[in-house]
Amino acid sequence: MADKTELQYTAEHEWVQVDGDTALVGITAYAADKLGDVVFVELPEVGSTVAAGTVVGEIESTKSVGELFAPVDGTVVETNDAVVDSPELVNSDPFGAGWLLKVTFTELPTLLSYSEYSALVGE
Amino acid sequence: MTPDNAAQPSSESPTNAAPTNAERFSPLHQAHVDAGASFTDFAGWQMPVRYSSDLAEHHAVRTGAGIFDLSHMAEITVAGPDAGAFLDYALAGKLSAIDLLQAKYSLILNPAGGITDDIVVYRTKAQEYLVVANAGNRFQAFEALSARSARFDVTVTDRSDDVALVAVQGPVSRAILESTAGLTVDGDLSELKYYRALAGRFRDGAVLIARTGYTGEDGFELYLDVPDAAALWDALRAAGEPVGLVPAGLASRDTLRLEAGMPLYGHELSVSTYPAQAGLGRVVNLAKETDFIGRAASEEGPSADARVLVGLVAEGKRAGRADYPVYRSADAPVAEGVITSGALSPTLGHPIAMAYVAPSLARPGTEVFVDVRGTRIPATVTQLPFYKRQK
Repeated sequence: MADKTELQYTAEHEWVQVDGDTALVGITAYAADKLGDVVFVELPEVGSTVAAGTVVGEIESTKSVGELFAPVDGTVVETNDAVVDSPELVNSDPFGAGWLLKVTFTELPTLLSYSEYSALVGE
Repeated sequence: MTPDNAAQPSSESPTNAAPTNAERFSPLHQAHVDAGASFTDFAGWQMPVRYSSDLAEHHAVRTGAGIFDLSHMAEITVAGPDAGAFLDYALAGKLSAIDLLQAKYSLILNPAGGITDDIVVYRTKAQEYLVVANAGNRFQAFEALSARSARFDVTVTDRSDDVALVAVQGPVSRAILESTAGLTVDGDLSELKYYRALAGRFRDGAVLIARTGYTGEDGFELYLDVPDAAALWDALRAAGEPVGLVPAGLASRDTLRLEAGMPLYGHELSVSTYPAQAGLGRVVNLAKETDFIGRAASEEGPSADARVLVGLVAEGKRAGRADYPVYRSADAPVAEGVITSGALSPTLGHPIAMAYVAPSLARPGTEVFVDVRGTRIPATVTQLPFYKRQK
């Protein structure tokens, strides 16, 4: 599980872990709690090109539907098959085994720090 | 990720709630906070939506037991020599005919035959009834009953603020009530039939213990005055802990009632819905000898092309949800139905939904298509309920 204080965040309640030119992306525990039990996850195709701020997938709970936004411009290089098979990982380990996708990028947009995101969600 | 609440109304959102200014809290609020609940707004009340996992709470009710706080619901008493005759006039059913401590599901109709509220009515004394209305319809229900009572010798009283409601639902519910410290029952719970009630006491206060519920399981609903409610909640939880009783929130209540095919006001029912469209024609007693509000419109009934409520089942995991359109075919240009409630069924493992569809699509087995956010997904019309417990 990633150190939450070292991650970057979006206002759409996603976390981004940057490693060189690759961004590992998931949703925050705050978002997972708001959704309730996640029962279905749809992720983009590996190899697809994504644009920051656009919808690339869906996360459904029994109660509601959340859209997954790409946090960066880039290319999807990997998606988490385990979370498709076991959507509950998004709730049980949102910052770890519940990661969603990996995207390579050329330019990293300005994202939120841990303290900025914490302030956003009032925690 | 944004939980899409604007486009995806929460199942709890009431559609004809009276405007309320201040948030309201259940008399059990502190117990919910202590239990780690997440809260949601329901008709102006902050109520538990889940404690830990809505799926776990759902499964607990199907296999063991769950305890719900329903203190937001409205309780209206009708008392006086004309109580039965008044309710026969004010409601769709014949309430004068029910026995002492019997319950009956009924409807408050408007003069046009639409549904002002769906209610459960208990006969608590020979000349007194308890009407339990939806929280979001509290004022509409009370106003309708009050306005209709003018020529009857009855007193209609809104006791919602004074009465708490706790439900214990699930196959082991009876054993929990029987072992709850301080709870005594004037009778034998093992012989209490569905939609019947017994008087009881908790500590020094009266409790009405009814074999009713909104989950499709065996279970009980307990009405009592607010001051003792928190202590009863704690006593029930303590008695239930050894057999796996869990506190359960409104999220699980919604999936439980959906599986059981039970309508939710604001979703399946509204002032512009006729009971016959909702499969509730049997609730409107046209054999009643006396007039009642909505009678003439009910006798006429909805038009032949009025949409009717059906169940939909689908394969896969993507559920159609409230407000998603239903089509006759994969490429039909015009929707001929709309989903009112839908979810991935926790018990059955596939998507289920209730929907209003054109009569020509209502036959069980009919294939239809649900537009799930731009993708038409096939679904099959089925009879309600989706889930029926083994007795």
